Amino acid sequence: MVKRIGLNGDEAVALAVKQVNVDVIAAYPITPQTIIVERLSEYVNNGELNAEFVPVESEHSALSTVVGAALTGARVFTATASQGLALMYEILWIASSLRLPIVMAIANRAFSAPINIHCSHDDAMAARDTGWIELFSENVQEAYDLTLQAFMMTENDNVMLPAIVNLDGFILSHSLADLYVFDDHEVAKLVRDERPIYKMPIDFKSPVTYGPLGLYDYYMEIKKQQAVAMRESYTYIKNVFEKYTELSNRKYSPVKTYGIEDAEIVVMALGSMAGNLRSIAKSLRKKGKKVGVVSLTLYRPFPQDIIIDVLKNVNVVVVMDRFPNFGSPGGPLFKDVAASLYHLKNRPLLLNIIYGLGGRETSPKEIKNIFERALEISKKGVVEEKEIWVGVRE
Amino acid sequence: MNRLKNWREIPIGGTITNTPTSLEYKTGSWRALKPILNREKCVKCLLCWVYCPEPAIYRHEDNSVEIDYNFCKGCGICENVCPTKAITMVREGE
Repeated sequence: MVKRIGLNGDEAVALAVKQVNVDVIAAYPITPQTIIVERLSEYVNNGELNAEFVPVESEHSALSTVVGAALTGARVFTATASQGLALMYEILWIASSLRLPIVMAIANRAFSAPINIHCSHDDAMAARDTGWIELFSENVQEAYDLTLQAFMMTENDNVMLPAIVNLDGFILSHSLADLYVFDDHEVAKLVRDERPIYKMPIDFKSPVTYGPLGLYDYYMEIKKQQAVAMRESYTYIKNVFEKYTELSNRKYSPVKTYGIEDAEIVVMALGSMAGNLRSIAKSLRKKGKKVGVVSLTLYRPFPQDIIIDVLKNVNVVVVMDRFPNFGSPGGPLFKDVAASLYHLKNRPLLLNIIYGLGGRETSPKEIKNIFERALEISKKGVVEEKEIWVGVRE
Repeated sequence: MNRLKNWREIPIGGTITNTPTSLEYKTGSWRALKPILNREKCVKCLLCWVYCPEPAIYRHEDNSVEIDYNFCKGCGICENVCPTKAITMVREGE
């Protein structure tokens, strides 16, 4: 039975976490993630969820607690945002290097200073090189679906890597939307029932050393193993998308495309911006403009093969980063796309847009201007200004 | 020391399953100065045995001591605490 209900993004994540029957939740409240752990603490308190809820004193402790719990073989969850993620930072590396199946939701929020509670992808980008799988949801339905899928991905014996589900702070975390949800017993069929989930759980009868010293003699082998695991997880992640698509009747894949069959120019973004882009692209296509939209559901491991495939015949690619660029050749998504396309003989022209920092609104008119600028670049065949900040007062 | 494993052979996360491995790690190779024990001067006070931080000094039933050169890093604390100067540090290879 599929039910249609109304929830905000945070509540949708909390519901998914309840339905997979987690064993241990450790989290510290931080806006705009707070509702996730509030709902989970209510589920535990009223007996709907039989889990250990550990109200820790900081995010550093939150992630450390779930690292320890995951080592015992438990199914674990935590959630954070912005400064909370920053405080977790050193443990992010430990969680991925120990190959722990942890799922974490990030309600994306800008880093201080100045203090801000609204959406930037700062936290998501701070985590992008830490060895976690990263998923981006575009709407509340996806926040729910991707949370369920994150457990399916991370707990695969061939993957055993932690996963982050990103949902744009406030835009998704606090927006009430209708969504389709599974019954609890249907979710139980998606994830494994047996424990331990971790391959080599703590066993007092046969002790092991977790996280030992690894100097020049072993460190590099352990990093290589982790890098290979991340690369190979791509296949299993795609399998999860396929299986979930079949079961839910909602299409999931690493990359979402619109209008790319004949697109002359493509605009790319992560998270909730993708829907806005498609809406504008639709109206432009009605006027005969050959525009397309590409957005990523899977950000790490980066779906390079698909990106190359969908962009190889395009004249201009505009990459939108919700992240300030401080002295880098481009925003993070821009660099990923540019590096992916570099080996093509005929490369598209690239333009980087910085937008929406700290919750700054990007209007439909501004989005339309982005498409039109791309069409102009396509006509001229040259990119004059390589990085443009949209919506900033000059 | 065993042959070093390649990345395919290591358990996930670098977890060590054949514990303890510290005995395989011969820290004696770090040593620049080597303690030499003169048994004739030794009065079996056991101060060196107490102070050795490794510990690489073993105590026998009769309270005589023995230095384990597989693990002695050559810090010289034993020479320093010995009341009868029964331990002398000499440069390795001399």
